[in-house]
Amino acid sequence: MKKYLIIGGSIAGVSCAEGIRSRDGEGEITLVTAEAFSNYGRPLISYYLEGKTDIPRMSWRGEDFYEKNRVQVRHGVTAEKLEPEAKRVILSTGEALSYDALCLCLGSHPFSPRFEGLETVENRFFFTTLEDALALEKAVGKESRVLIVGAGFIGLKCAEGLRDRAGSVTVCDLAAHAMSANLDADCAPILEKHLAENGLRLMLGDTVTKFEGKTARMKSGKTVKFDVLVIAIGTRPNVSLLAEAGGAVNKGILAGERMETSLPGVWAAGDCTESMDVSAGEAGLLAVLPNASLQGFCAGVNMAGGAEKFDKGIKMNSIGFFGLHIMSAGTYTEPVYTEITEHSCKKLFAAGGVLTGFILLGDVSRAGIYTSLIRERTPLETVDFEALKKEPSLLPFGQAFRAKKLGGAV
Amino acid sequence: MKRVYVNEEWCLGCHLCEYNCAFANSGESDMVKALKGKPIRPRIRVEGDDRITYAVSCRHCLDPLCIRSCISGAIHREDGVVCIDREKCVGCLTCVLVCPYGAVQPGPDGAAMKCELCLHNAAGEPACAAGCPNRAIVYEEREEGQA
Ligand SMILES: Cc1cc2nc3c(=O)[nH]c(=O)nc-3n(C[C@H](O)[C@H](O)[C@H](O)COP(=O)(O)OP(=O)(O)OC[C@H]3O[C@@H](n4cnc5c(N)ncnc54)[C@H](O)[C@@H]3O)c2cc1C
Repeated sequence: MKKYLIIGGSIAGVSCAEGIRSRDGEGEITLVTAEAFSNYGRPLISYYLEGKTDIPRMSWRGEDFYEKNRVQVRHGVTAEKLEPEAKRVILSTGEALSYDALCLCLGSHPFSPRFEGLETVENRFFFTTLEDALALEKAVGKESRVLIVGAGFIGLKCAEGLRDRAGSVTVCDLAAHAMSANLDADCAPILEKHLAENGLRLMLGDTVTKFEGKTARMKSGKTVKFDVLVIAIGTRPNVSLLAEAGGAVNKGILAGERMETSLPGVWAAGDCTESMDVSAGEAGLLAVLPNASLQGFCAGVNMAGGAEKFDKGIKMNSIGFFGLHIMSAGTYTEPVYTEITEHSCKKLFAAGGVLTGFILLGDVSRAGIYTSLIRERTPLETVDFEALKKEPSLLPFGQAFRAKKLGGAV
Repeated sequence: MKRVYVNEEWCLGCHLCEYNCAFANSGESDMVKALKGKPIRPRIRVEGDDRITYAVSCRHCLDPLCIRSCISGAIHREDGVVCIDREKCVGCLTCVLVCPYGAVQPGPDGAAMKCELCLHNAAGEPACAAGCPNRAIVYEEREEGQA
């Protein structure tokens, strides 16, 4: 009986267990995870604060997942050392767990640059775990002035989640625009206006230079008074467990399309990895939930002797703020279509005869047709791209495509 | 398993499937009451141009990207049928972002919705196929890749 060990009980880890069980009903699966909660939709923590979900509904694969899939789970336990020759992992409890196949699904950790005086701030939080959300829920009251450093999607989701709970919410970012990793200067202002109309105070192109208790001194010379601070500047892949064992890492753990690391018997999946972005033609961090899930499943199947590939990876994100939907995907190369109104924005990017990326704000209907073009690297000369630019539909793909996709099981 | 398939040569572009779908999923027993004067929200849609028409609805894919991608774990299979638990759905629309067929859309309450083969409504089996006047839409078993 094969012994499988999964480290990390989030999306990639749970998907890895699903992948293993899709091929091997017998093997012994142990999952070790540092958090007290596991198998929950991490992006839901802002919806929790907003009151749009609750802990039972946040369960990603259902509360009976471990039992149904016969997975032994260890919550609140950290893997501290990997010994690849001995094929074992040393835990924070002092135990050593041996494995035949190991998958590292370690995710990422919030990153905080050194702010002067940060230690003088009593109420400071990150926003990446359910525990963070529960702590914020306690700390924020009707009068609280919340300051969020970072206007990426995590910071803004946090702001949305807290708006109705707090007295005021201010979000600052050194970047000139909100969600600067996803949006460009054409699209971002529409979001910024919408956020302001919904009661958020944005301070863009500005950040904190010094904290003095409940006062933030800003680069612009302004000061911001606050009661609760959230640092949402970014996340970094958790690579040290593998790196210290001699495995190959760059920004993330290097994993090929089979999700194998450079160490034999060791797989990796999810936000801790760096893998091929087919829209960019190079490896990168593809840290979004769908990729973590696809990679985890792929790793699990391969650990159990299968032959899965994760070979269509791109960055892609769908998110909404106060009813405004935003989607972004791929790599922003040459803009080939732009349509901007007061409340919406659509931009398509192409290079080398394939669609490489898009930004949609407002009207997001049927966006998956574009996403699929990017992931499949569909040569644009094989479709009626002029028609597709205006509206995503299956008509421009031609009759043979439709006969296959709509006429048989796919 | 049985799925909804469309023979585009036979589709008249009459849009009746859209009305039957919206009615079947309305929870109403009277079609006029359910649809008259309201924007309809069918889970199947007819598309095409002046020469070709066909209807598109969820393919209930063998390996559905939407199930893997759903941030809340709301999308799941029930006997092969891809279903959305609209209590769990938070309306992020990641399913819309990944569906290659454009077959998922936001519902009136913001939660995502799509064809569930009428298994959860009073129709009991796909109303689009049952009501298709030219039998362009069929509900039957087909192999992978078979057209
Ligand atoms: C607020 C927020 C909003 C988001 N919104 C979206 C969104 O809308 N759409 C989207 O696609 N993505 C979103 N994301 C990103 C998404 O949550 C991640 O891509 C996804 O959770 C990655 O899953 P993972 O399993 O790789 O890692 P993680 O979810 O980070 O989980 C890793 C787990 O491993 C555990 N772990 C780490 N090291 C060890 C160790 N040594 N021993 C034991 N356990 C360990 C950690 O405690 C953690 O539980 C959001 C993220 C956040 C924080």
